[in-house]
Parts: sequence; C-alpha cells; structure tokens
Amino acid sequence: MAYIELRQVSKHFGDVVAVDRLDLNIEQGECIAMLGPSGCGKTTTLRMVAGFEDLDDGEIRVGERCLSSKKKNFYVPPEDRNFGMVFQAFAVWPHLSIYENVAFPLRIRKLPKEEIAKRTEEALKHTNLFSVASNRPDDLSGGGKQRVALARALAIRPDVMLLDEPLSSLDPHFREEMRFEIKDLQRRFGFSILYVTHDQSEAMALSDRILVMRLGVVQQTGTPLEVYGRPSNRFVFEFIGLSSFIETALDADGMSIDGASYPWPNGVRPAEDIRADGRGVLAVRPFEIEFLDPAGGAGVPGVVTRKVFLGETIDYRIQVGGTEVRVQKTRRDPGPSVGENVKLGFPQPHWYRVGGDRDQESDVRNQIS
Amino acid sequence: MGKTSRFGTAQLLFVLSVGILVVIVAVPMLLIFFNAFWVSGHFNVADVIRVLRQSETYEALLNSLFLSSGVTITGTLVGTFFAWLVTRTDLPLKKTMKLLFLVPFMLPAFIGALAWKMLLSPRAGYINRLFMDVFGFSSPIFDIYTYAGIILVETMYLFPFVFIQVSGALERMDPTLEESARISGADLFTITRKITIPLVMPSILSGALLIMLYSMAHFGTVAVLGVETGIYNIPTLIYEKIHQSAGSFDSIRTATVLATVLVITAAFILWLQNRVLNQGRYQIIAGKSFRPSELKLRTWRIPMLVFCLLYIGLTIVLPTVTIFMVGGLKTYGLPFVSENMTWENYRYILFEWDLTRDAIWNSVSLGLSAALITMFAGVIISYVIVKMKVRGKGILEFLGMLPFSVPGSVIALGVILAWSGKYGVNLYNTVWIILVAYVARYMAFSLKANSAALEQVHDSLVEAARASGATMWQALKDVVIPLVRPGMMAAFFLIFLPALRELTVSVLLYGPTTRTIGVAIYTLNEDGETVYSAALAGIALVIIVTGEILIKRLVAGKNNA
Repeated sequence: MAYIELRQVSKHFGDVVAVDRLDLNIEQGECIAMLGPSGCGKTTTLRMVAGFEDLDDGEIRVGERCLSSKKKNFYVPPEDRNFGMVFQAFAVWPHLSIYENVAFPLRIRKLPKEEIAKRTEEALKHTNLFSVASNRPDDLSGGGKQRVALARALAIRPDVMLLDEPLSSLDPHFREEMRFEIKDLQRRFGFSILYVTHDQSEAMALSDRILVMRLGVVQQTGTPLEVYGRPSNRFVFEFIGLSSFIETALDADGMSIDGASYPWPNGVRPAEDIRADGRGVLAVRPFEIEFLDPAGGAGVPGVVTRKVFLGETIDYRIQVGGTEVRVQKTRRDPGPSVGENVKLGFPQPHWYRVGGDRDQESDVRNQIS
Repeated sequence: MGKTSRFGTAQLLFVLSVGILVVIVAVPMLLIFFNAFWVSGHFNVADVIRVLRQSETYEALLNSLFLSSGVTITGTLVGTFFAWLVTRTDLPLKKTMKLLFLVPFMLPAFIGALAWKMLLSPRAGYINRLFMDVFGFSSPIFDIYTYAGIILVETMYLFPFVFIQVSGALERMDPTLEESARISGADLFTITRKITIPLVMPSILSGALLIMLYSMAHFGTVAVLGVETGIYNIPTLIYEKIHQSAGSFDSIRTATVLATVLVITAAFILWLQNRVLNQGRYQIIAGKSFRPSELKLRTWRIPMLVFCLLYIGLTIVLPTVTIFMVGGLKTYGLPFVSENMTWENYRYILFEWDLTRDAIWNSVSLGLSAALITMFAGVIISYVIVKMKVRGKGILEFLGMLPFSVPGSVIALGVILAWSGKYGVNLYNTVWIILVAYVARYMAFSLKANSAALEQVHDSLVEAARASGATMWQALKDVVIPLVRPGMMAAFFLIFLPALRELTVSVLLYGPTTRTIGVAIYTLNEDGETVYSAALAGIALVIIVTGEILIKRLVAGKNNA
C-alpha cells in the first residue's frame, strides 16, 4: 500500500477551482515532483498535505494515519503532522542563531537536552553548517539559508519532506549543487519527498516520478523518462523540453500541409479519434527533426529563415507553409544556410488533437495567484 | 559657457539652502544654547546646574520623564494589542476597525483633554456628577487632574504611533516565517511568543520611542489637565516662564535651560530610534502572497468586537460629542436638555466675535503660507542634499536633520530670542513671528517628503534631459519638478493640516490680535469661557476632519488615475 495517499482531493478559492479531484500515491522513500506553471495548483496541493489549507473534498492519509478528510470533517493541524518542510523564501528566523533555528522543532517537542544537542549537531553536520552554527543566519547567502531550512526540517527526522520551490530563490549555480545535496540527504535518511517546482530540469534531476499539473487538473503522472518520452497531451509536450508543432489536415492515408500530401511520418499514424477530426497536431522535439536530401522524394519541404549559433547547438527556424518549425543540431553538423530549401524528416512524431487541452486556454483567467 | 552657468546654478542653490536653514533653524537653536550657557559674558555650567536644581525645574523634568514613560508603556501595550487584533485574528470588520484606530491621529490631543476635563473634572465633570448626583456616590469616580488622567488622555491620542508601525510590520511579514514554526510543531501561542513578537520587536520599539518623543514635548494635554493642580512638564513650564516673566532675564534663562534638556533628550530618543531601525530591522518582507493564518477567536470574536467598539466609542465618539454638546449649551454646567441648547454660540463665534474670527483666519492663512513656503524651500534643499555633488553638503544634511529633533516649544523659544528686536528685526506680537516658527517647525516634514520623492527620480533622467540640450534650469523645470510633484503635494498637506490645529508653538508667540485657533480654544478655556471654547473646538474639528477627508480623496484619486 502507498505510504502517502491523496484521494480525490479538491480545493476551491471562491469560484476558482484550484485543485480538481487529485489522486496521488507516494511510496516510502520516493521522491515525487509536482510540476506546472504558476497557478496550476501544485503549491495549494502541497499546502493541503502540510495542513495549511483544508480540503473541500477528498482525503489525505500518511501510513495508517488520516490527516485530512472532508467527509469525516477531520483535520490534523500542521504542528501535529510531523513533517519537514522547506519554503521558497527560506523562512529562516533572523532573530535566532543558526543553531537555535535548527534546534527549535526539537525544543518544541521537549526532547531531553542531550538528544536535542545530538540531533541538532547531526543535522548541522549533514548540511555543512556545523562550523558557523553560532552565527546569525542573516550573514549567510541564499544557499546557506536554505541549508539552515533543510537542517531544521531534518532535525526531527521526518518520514515526509515537503519542499516548496526550495531552489528558485537561489543563484543558478547554487541550484544544481543543492539538488545533489537534497538527493544525498534523501538517500541517507530515506524520507519521502513531495517537491513543488516550475522548473522541469529540477523535477527531472530529483524525482522518481513527476506529476504535471495545469489549472488544478493532473495532466500526467510518470517517471521523468515517460513524461518526456510519451507526453500525454500537447500541454505536457510543450511544458517539458523544447517543442515544434505543425498543424496538419488528416485523411485515411496520410497528412497534408498547405495542400500537399505526405505519408505518415515514419509510418506513425495518429490515433483513431484524432483521425476522425480530420485535423491533427504533429509534435516533434527540435533535436529529433532530420534534414533530408532536398533533391530526394521524401520529407516535408521548407525554407531556412534563421540560423543561430548557440555554442554546443545550432538553432534553426524553418518556414513550413504557414508554420515556423524549430530545429536543433549539434555544432558539428554542417547543416543548410539561411535561404536554402530543405526537406524535413520526422522520425519520432507524436500526434495530438487540435485544440485538445488548448481549449482550456480561456480558463487561464481562472488562475489563482 | 555652459559649464560656468551650471556651476553658478549649483552654487546658488547650495548657498540658498544653507542660508534658509541657518537663518530659520540654526540661529534660533544656537541662541538657546548661548543663552543657557553664557551668563553675563562667561561660559557658565555651574549656573546651569543651579537652575536645574531649582525645585520647579527638576520637578518639571521628572514630570516629563514620568508622564512620557507612562504614556509610552500604556500606548505601546494598547497599540500592539490592537495591531495584533486587526492583522492576526478573525475579528469581524477588521478593515473598518483599522481605519477607526487611526482616527485619533487626526484629532488634536488638547481638544480631547478639554473634553475629558468637561467629563471627568472632579466636581464639575459630567460623568462624575452623574455618579454623585444620580447614583449617590459620595466622591468623584475619577479625577482627571492627575498623573493617571494625563497619561490616559495622551495614550488615547498617541497609541497610533505603535499601532501603525506594528500592524504594518505584521502585514508585510513573510507568513512562511510563522508557517515554518507551525510545521516544526509549535502551536499558535508559542509562535506568537517565540517568533512573531521577537520579529516585530524593532517596530514595537521604534513606535514606542516615537510616543515617548511626542509625549515629552507635548504641551496641550498637560496645560489643560495638569497645570490646575500644579503638574508641569517641560513645555508647560517654558510657557509659564515666558508668559509670567514679561521678559525677565532669569525666567528666559530657565526656559533656555529647559529647552536645552528637551533638545538633548529628543535627540537621544531619535538616535536610539534610528539605531533600532537600522540594526534591528530584520528582512521579514513577504515573498509569496499567501495570507498568514489567522487566530480563530471563536467565542471571543464578538466580545472582542464589542471591546474595540467600546474603546472607540469611549475615546473618540464620547469626547467629540461632548465638545459639540457643551459648545451648544447656554451656560456651562447646565444639563443637556433641549431647553438649555442653542446654536447661538456657534453663530456668535463664527460671524460676530472678532477674537474667534481672527483666530480662524490666522490659522488658515498661516497654515497656507507656511505650507507653501516650506514646500518650495524643502524641494530646493532636498534637491541639493539628494542630487547635487557639492562640497560641504554634510553641513546641509545636518542642518536638515535638526528640525526632526527640535520640539515645538523649543523652536518657539528660539524664534523669540532671534526675532524680538535684539538683532535688528522685531517680529514679536506680529503674525510673522509665528510664520517663521512654523516654517522652522515643519521644514523636517517637507524635507522628508521631498527627499523621498527625489530619490525615486534617477539621475539618468536629468542627464538625458541635459544630453538632449536642456540647461540645468530647464531640466529642473521640465523633468524633475513634474516628477516630484506628488512629494511636494504630500509635503504641503503634511504641513497645512497640522498647522491648522497647532498649539504648542503659537501659544508661546501669540499677541493680542494674532491668536490661532488652538490658542483661542486654549485661552478661552483658561479664562473660564468653557462654552465658547468648546464651540470653537467643535468648529476646528469640523475643519480638520473635512480637510483630512478631502485630501484623502484627492490623493486616492491621484493614485487611481
């Protein structure tokens, strides 16, 4: 049985649905990242797990313990949930020393003195803060402050760690370092992590599974590889990684762009329901587009309108009918020049419905802050 | 050619600024110190100590210290409690309550003192009489002519200093600072004790020091409630000395010594406040916009609301109503029944009596001219301080800071010393001496508002104007002035409204025809014309409140546009 269980969890703010019937299971020691644009409901979900928000429907359980249940009208306050939590703005108390910050949750629990000292020192050592423990946190950098917050969350030896965009207030080069530190600590202590972020590379690097959310609705749950390799809809495809889209007309044997017909790219046919629409969206990763022989018969024709050298990669814009398609190649690939005619091959195409999740664009005003 | 003209402009502005501040602020201050320490041609500290050891002098010093400490403690407790109540609990009507708690800031404390005298003076006070005549009490239930009375009345008008600072800090505080304590296992009471209160402590202290500063230099309440039974503080004793002495050297010296003590104390308090603000201010500003969790008052919700309403009713509504009712009585002391009430008093003081009509005219014209002069002088001086790179700017900064720490009675005393003919100009007993004092008194407000506005105007905006071919003057006129206009407007109203109700300065400077509204109310009360005094106070309240509301509207309209 799953360790943390969210069942049909919903939350409204006034008329706005912040989280809509969310289901999620987290195993012991698993790291789950909730990923999505701002206002997608990921932070609200985390805050419901933490106990800062109550539920409008559903239930949250950890192990044998029910924490929040709308039906039973039952609700464990945050201070009794025994979770570790790290906030985006650090929330390190400036009037206490680093040591006292970390010892605070232990003192609240009225542990024996030696135990407090032992656990505080342990947490400080694991976060490399032991040598500065008597300082005020004000002197620390953002990364240092976030370590204090981590140490404070670790001190109670929680089974569950809730991380609310813990790295987004940090300088970019600190971010990568902290990622590994968090992962290390998890391996050592074996807690489960529920991790909120809008940064896809962070989610990929840290988590065992990713949950992609949009406007309160779960779009896809899966391993980083699954979510990247088999996005469940156009939104997920676009949100994770770079993407190029071409809208095409569909018939029984293939697609047509600007009146010209082509066979299914790499023989991949859209699903039945998409074909029934007569139109579809061809989605491809810019790195997975090939330049075919312009003189050959295969491929979709286009003109190179832009070519930018980005270091390791070269970024192309190709005009295909009315659409601009982005293509990337490594710098070693000579490739065509601006103005040249090319033919594009799509060895790994994905098909999505036109509109599809895009219908909900008008719901964007529903976003919560 | 361009270069020399710019140099000339800069120098001109600098000299002008120093000139204004020296004549208006520095000279009167120096004259006070000079008169305090320079006796018959010698520097004489022993004589200063002799003056301080006279019983009336050190009693006044002790009283000032005792009263202001008392007001600081009660005001801080009241202000912090209400700030917490309106920001961190689910009290009903919180927004309205918050506005209501700021109302005492609008009302002049000495008018409040007047009202409380009418209600709680031991024999004639309406409340005391109610209890003695109707409920058969053998003695008054509360005597307002006491230390406790003065402290209570001042607390009612000064607690907003702490209320504003603390509610602001609580509102801006990052809620995750408290949430992280909750997830650490602390309940709301522990969080309040160990996290919230320590984090807003700098704001509490800084508000408390403002109360202390203000109370120390406060004239009106002590003059109305204390002097009757011999309770003097420093400003009231200075007033006594100047008025009874008819210019005798000895009393002027005593006054200058008292003023010196007051200035030093005020400077010390401000220095302390600056330290608290600079060193203790934690970075606790919110990043994300989740509301902090509110304490659910549950069964206390309605009792707390009733308590707040009772407090507001007792400290704002009751005194205000009393003023208007007494102002409408045919004779002071009559019961409030319709056959004793009349509009005659209001008609008389508004349209017939020269003394009160003069007072209203004087206050309005003094307020307008002081606000205009100070606004323009403030722009020029702030510009030199904030924007110009001139040598000797440090002096200017110091002179500009000076008015912040100089209480009104000290300024008035300095102006008397400087402009009473001893140095060739005699403005005494004219309206001009009050104007000069007002400009000195309110210069600090103008500098503060204008510097804040000027700091928002980035240097590159002026440089862009100069690069486009504008001269220094043109850049000022077309770029800087339009951008700092909101700051200038703010300065104008920050001066005009307080000047309308001003008492401390003008009471030391008025002559037979140059009473201000404040002085007229005060002297009418002193002369036993309680009813007219109340009626004029009522009219003053109407003018002040109307002014405040109009300006709030104006500013709000500006911000929306």
